[in-house]
Amino acid sequence: MEFVQNFPAFSIMLCLFAGIVSSVLKKNAAKWLNTILIIVVGAMSVAVLYYTASMNTVYVYQMGRFSAPWGNELRIGCLEAGTALFFCIIMLLSLLGGRTHLEEDVESSRHNLYYVLINLLLSSLLALVYTNDLFTAYVFVEINTIAACGLIMVRQNGRTIEAAIRYMIMSLLGSGMLLLGICMLYDLTGHLLMSNIHEQVLSIVAEGTYKVPLLVAIAIISVGLAIKSALFPFHAWLPDAYGYSTVSSAAILSSLVSKGYIFLLIKIIYRVLGFEVFHDSGIINVFFIFGLCGMIFGSFSAIRENDIKRMISFSSVAQIGYIYMGFGLGTKEAMIASIYHIFAHAVCKSLLFIASSGLTDVSNRSRHFVDLTGAAYRNKIAGVGFTVGALSMVGIPLFPGFISKLLFAQASILNHGKMLPALIVLAISTILNAIYFLKTVIRIYIPVENGRNLTITFRQQRLFGVTLLLFIVFSLALGSCSQPIVDLIRQGLESEIISSIPNTIYQLAQSLMI
Amino acid sequence: MSKLKQTQDYEKTASFKFFRWISGEKDPYIGTIEMQEQSEHQVEDDTITERMWEKQMIIDEIYDVDHNRILTKFHKLYKIAAVLFCVALTFFLLLTVSYLPRTGNAANPDNNEVAQRYIESGLQETGAVNIVSGMILTYRAFDTFGETNVLFIATVCVMILLMVDEKTLEERSEARLNSGRIKDDIILQMTAKFLVPFILIFGIYVILNGQNSPGGGFSGGAILGAGLILYANAFGIKPTQRFFNEKVYRIAKVSALCMYGCIGLYYYTMGANHLADHIPNGIPGHILSGGIILPIDICVGLEVACTMYAFYALFKRGGL
Repeated sequence: MEFVQNFPAFSIMLCLFAGIVSSVLKKNAAKWLNTILIIVVGAMSVAVLYYTASMNTVYVYQMGRFSAPWGNELRIGCLEAGTALFFCIIMLLSLLGGRTHLEEDVESSRHNLYYVLINLLLSSLLALVYTNDLFTAYVFVEINTIAACGLIMVRQNGRTIEAAIRYMIMSLLGSGMLLLGICMLYDLTGHLLMSNIHEQVLSIVAEGTYKVPLLVAIAIISVGLAIKSALFPFHAWLPDAYGYSTVSSAAILSSLVSKGYIFLLIKIIYRVLGFEVFHDSGIINVFFIFGLCGMIFGSFSAIRENDIKRMISFSSVAQIGYIYMGFGLGTKEAMIASIYHIFAHAVCKSLLFIASSGLTDVSNRSRHFVDLTGAAYRNKIAGVGFTVGALSMVGIPLFPGFISKLLFAQASILNHGKMLPALIVLAISTILNAIYFLKTVIRIYIPVENGRNLTITFRQQRLFGVTLLLFIVFSLALGSCSQPIVDLIRQGLESEIISSIPNTIYQLAQSLMI
Repeated sequence: MSKLKQTQDYEKTASFKFFRWISGEKDPYIGTIEMQEQSEHQVEDDTITERMWEKQMIIDEIYDVDHNRILTKFHKLYKIAAVLFCVALTFFLLLTVSYLPRTGNAANPDNNEVAQRYIESGLQETGAVNIVSGMILTYRAFDTFGETNVLFIATVCVMILLMVDEKTLEERSEARLNSGRIKDDIILQMTAKFLVPFILIFGIYVILNGQNSPGGGFSGGAILGAGLILYANAFGIKPTQRFFNEKVYRIAKVSALCMYGCIGLYYYTMGANHLADHIPNGIPGHILSGGIILPIDICVGLEVACTMYAFYALFKRGGL
């Protein structure tokens, strides 16, 4: 076994250690520890990504002395390593961009606790990405949920506490449903390891026994994760939770926390249930309809909104709708488009949140549209950042949003039954996106004679400016060099399907030996 | 010959005064009109409340929420629909349970090689008589470390929500702790004095015997925490702080979690790389047996006890 293969386990453990130690550190020490941690974990993910992509392998990492069905296990392919790297980059940039706001929003005695939450959140995201065991996934879903509640309420005013309570209730409902589903799956298959469950599920489907409980288990797990990732009818907690928390929290929540759950759902679809079983269960039609509704109603809510941050939050509902519509199309191409959209949305949404905080800074802290008039002239880099994010959300070429829309459209053509609704709603949703995002861009670029609001230049906010520049470069790179990324996703998804067979044979042989 | 005026006469004329006023040399008001300095406009609190009350009254008049028929209907319908939905969901889930394999049947899917190995070779492989401890702390050690971190992050969140700084803490503890609590209740104190040592010893026993008998870090830690809470309830926070204050709490918690993490990291990497494990399993049934189970149980016990007591103290007075 090569040394590189240890890195995923190391990075999860390092995050947990950093979280534990941060609870007794001083404010600045915790801050630096967190920054260094994210960079180290990112570097490790690069190494793992290079290793898996160049060797074109998927390997299983056994956590402890006992092999798979008895002990815990990680499973690392290039898709997992790439996602981990991506999460690290977004988290680092979000934290850097919101650092000045964090100073103002959070009491200084609570800063180290904030970084505890961030470190543990990163560990849970990594574990969700890497794990090959459903129960490990559930344990880290718990950590993720509690950390997200903490991130919302760390800025203490009435609205964030209300939002945190709302988020907690909805999210715990989702966790409970996920746990129920896992219990049922365990009862039906006798395993918690993803590959073994898959094998048993295939035999159950072939025999035709336990049809009802299997369907219910699939439905409960899907609904649970859909609640946690704010699919359309379950999105009531979202605008307050994202809109009123401190900027870094909002960026991390919208671009990482919900995406972690979606990634877990993808793993469950491919590795636990098998794509065919999931496809035949009919749940994908529900996903398709709710996804389409989300794309439209999320945008309508965003158009009606007068508060810039709540508008961006509502746009998340629409974008999550895109991702679930991709699941609902039920083809591999659509799944690739969904995963690409996870990346594209994560970059642009965190960029939008950070940039909008820069715009509100120069408008008397008001988040109201009217007060934002001309804000892009007062804070130039924030204006440019917001424009890039908005153009990407609308789907202008050269930006990542365009590529994902193109991929969705191409994928929907391959599905005869769902092509027409998918294409029509995609078109409507694009127009609606354009209405509210371009309205905002035009608003912030209207010149206005206003001496009362202060102007912030690049030099006064170097860290913020550099972060936004990095964000812009990153999103342009994602949009203009999309082909290698799409190829990587395709390679990763194919390995998700094929490799489950030799793995099970290996385990069968091992169990026979004992 | 032009008529020359005396300067004194000229200064009395209107035109002189007018031009002087235009050129700004003299303000005709100063000295002639009584003036007061301007004060800032102040709104009295009463008028603010009155105005708010009026606004609320107008809103109530226009949107008559209490007597709005459609709204009341909607609220009633909402409640009925919620109850119906919950009942339907419960019904469907119960229906699903009836389709699940029957409990206790030997041919059930969950009676497979996994459970078989835990039961048959668990003692030999982990050195733990208590199969459950062997399973959660050796076979599935990673899950349990995650679970311990759930407790840790829960305390962190409660701290963010409820922790107050030193100064308010002292004021509050004077005011709040003395109200409502019967101070120095002699029955409670005598009982606590008698019980607390036994509770603590029992907690330690449960932790240390986790590999041999039912119990372990989670249950033993809960007992320790309960003992601490009983002591703090009987004698107040101050005497408890002599041996369990914030410093002790921090040291105990961080060292316990870090030690667990180190043992876990060692165990995972050794196992994954197929290297020799240097922790002996010991003789089953002895205190020093079970490989990594005993040290992990101690760490988990400390962490759970700290968490229990920290929750109590934070909810009670906002600090340790």
